[in-house]
Amino acid sequence: MTQFVELLINGISLGFVYALLALGFVMIFKSTRVINFAHGSVVLLGAFLIAKLAGELGFVLAALVGVAGAALAAALLYLVILRRVRGRAADTVTIATIGIDILLATELARQIGQEVLNIGDPWGSKVVRFGDFAMPEARVAAAVVALVLLGGFVAAFKFSPWGVAMRASAEDGEAGALMGIRLTRMAAGAWFIAGALAAVGGIFLTTFPTPGIDRTSGLAALSAFPAAILGGLDSVAGAVVGGLIIGVVVTMSAGYQDEMSFLGRGLSQVAPYVVMVLVLLARPSGLFGTRELTRV
Amino acid sequence: MSKRMAALRRPGSLALVALWVVALLVPFFLEAFWLQTGLFAMAAIIGAIGLTILTGTTGQLSLAHAFFAAVGAYGYCYFAGTSGLGVSSATGLNLPPLLAMVLAVALSGVAGAIYSPISGRLRGIYLGIASIGLVFIGQHILFNAAGLTGGFNGRDAEPFSLLGFSFTQTDPELVIAGVQFTELERLWYLGILLVLLAYHYGRHLVDGRPGRALETVRDSEVAAAVMGVDVTRYKAAVFTVSSMYAGLSGVLLALIFNRIVPESFGLNLSVEFLAMIVIGGLGSVRGAVLGAAFVSMLPKLLDHYSDSLPFLATAGAGGGVEPGQAARFAFGAAIVAVLVFAPGGIGTLWHGSRRKDKAPPDTTRPPATGSPARPAPSTPKERST
Repeated sequence: MTQFVELLINGISLGFVYALLALGFVMIFKSTRVINFAHGSVVLLGAFLIAKLAGELGFVLAALVGVAGAALAAALLYLVILRRVRGRAADTVTIATIGIDILLATELARQIGQEVLNIGDPWGSKVVRFGDFAMPEARVAAAVVALVLLGGFVAAFKFSPWGVAMRASAEDGEAGALMGIRLTRMAAGAWFIAGALAAVGGIFLTTFPTPGIDRTSGLAALSAFPAAILGGLDSVAGAVVGGLIIGVVVTMSAGYQDEMSFLGRGLSQVAPYVVMVLVLLARPSGLFGTRELTRV
Repeated sequence: MSKRMAALRRPGSLALVALWVVALLVPFFLEAFWLQTGLFAMAAIIGAIGLTILTGTTGQLSLAHAFFAAVGAYGYCYFAGTSGLGVSSATGLNLPPLLAMVLAVALSGVAGAIYSPISGRLRGIYLGIASIGLVFIGQHILFNAAGLTGGFNGRDAEPFSLLGFSFTQTDPELVIAGVQFTELERLWYLGILLVLLAYHYGRHLVDGRPGRALETVRDSEVAAAVMGVDVTRYKAAVFTVSSMYAGLSGVLLALIFNRIVPESFGLNLSVEFLAMIVIGGLGSVRGAVLGAAFVSMLPKLLDHYSDSLPFLATAGAGGGVEPGQAARFAFGAAIVAVLVFAPGGIGTLWHGSRRKDKAPPDTTRPPATGSPARPAPSTPKERST
């Protein structure tokens, strides 16, 4: 039982990290109808910047610079490249992000080489105890930071003028533009925020208990794909729920690996995708996604 | 469609025949490195044709191509292999290689058909991501079902043979015009034959009645259904055919590698297939051939000539750009550049602006809105309504 509760708590905190990444996918999809395949590379870029700067600036300052850097990079990707393919089929633009991901991931892999970088976080491998249950400090920090960010985001999305404009332009871009909403600016803003969230997610994906940042760290962010998809690509609530489900599934399937050894080794890497495919079978647009209606 | 074909064939047919003749003569002039590189390109071409029919012509974004290639490759090894031989103790049925090849391709088709109810339900981007799931699930099976796949170490591929003629090094000895025909030379002709079949089948499929139906499905499923196209059936059929192409590509890969390991069939392979068809122009069979040749040969060529290319570092030496990375830079940039500047594929660049209107149209746009290759700049972003 202790193990189960521990895994559950850890899974939820990991889930919040996935939720941050999934929220990035959702933001980008809502504003530009694109799945950003370069998201994993943006995560890696943020983490890489922080790890490189942490020695000189200290962790907090480095984290700020890294988050800002990743956010700017994402916004620039949209403004410089993807804006030019706007108006094409969504698939085409999505494929363009795959091309960008190849470029970015290759360059980062070249920079990182065979090294394993330490992000220089203050939590290290310390463990907090709540009664009988132990939990890494980094995971507690992840849950707290993610909750604050998600709460702030949802509030801004619901109540601020920016959030209203964002939702309006996602609902009907043309009408939004006629009302004076600058679509390009809204879209670039969405990419910016998604990039910032990706970098924050990157921090917590590479702190304890993971060994650090290596050239494949971006792949960990791929698990946020199933999170975004099974929640529904255009649903903010779906991103959070999807993230939590995937976080718990990953942690549980890793924790109970021995009991489930008949399913093969490395189960925790495929489990998110299995869950995703099963959910999609029942609900083709995800749990909270809008069903696509066909009008003639 | 047919008018366009006629226009394309007239100037192209002579060049095409010349190309085939040159291809047939290659083993007499070029060394083993080129044969091997060419063979990899052939395997890539077959797979890319299958993917361009699915993603380009029918508009079904799929990243599962590597999975179906793996089904073909491992299927062949299982059907043709003998049990208990080699490093791994993987089982096999010991069937004649030709039969094994046919069965392996059929098996890929069955895998595609089984997946098609899922793929038929999902739309656009959801399908793309769900198909990534298939690749990861496939990898998991390849690593863990060691009895069939050999697990991490992979398994050996039985050499091909046809009516007693073996495609191995020297059995039987064969020398033509002073060139000793070893495994690579023999496989070369097998590869050419398979590419020829795949190419012509693909062209006829895309240019003929099914192709028109599939294009209509891509442009508007409602319009297709109204015109009498059974959308679900066509989507399932095209997924099956595309999987069989991938399977054949996998069989050929297995024959070239001699030994297959799960890592060869990861997400990277799917992304490379996608790069091939995007660079060649979505929906164009000829473009798929060009794109496949470019993407599959570039890393090998860069690696081969890394000594004489000043901007490259030798692999593993550190500093500078390694050949594999340079190739990835090149085709990543090519994807972006093609999509931004030449949405119809690199082929349209030297055909000039005349062919621009023939670029594959935007999939969600209704077909009646005029020239689709260049949307009016003031058009707001695409909305799926």
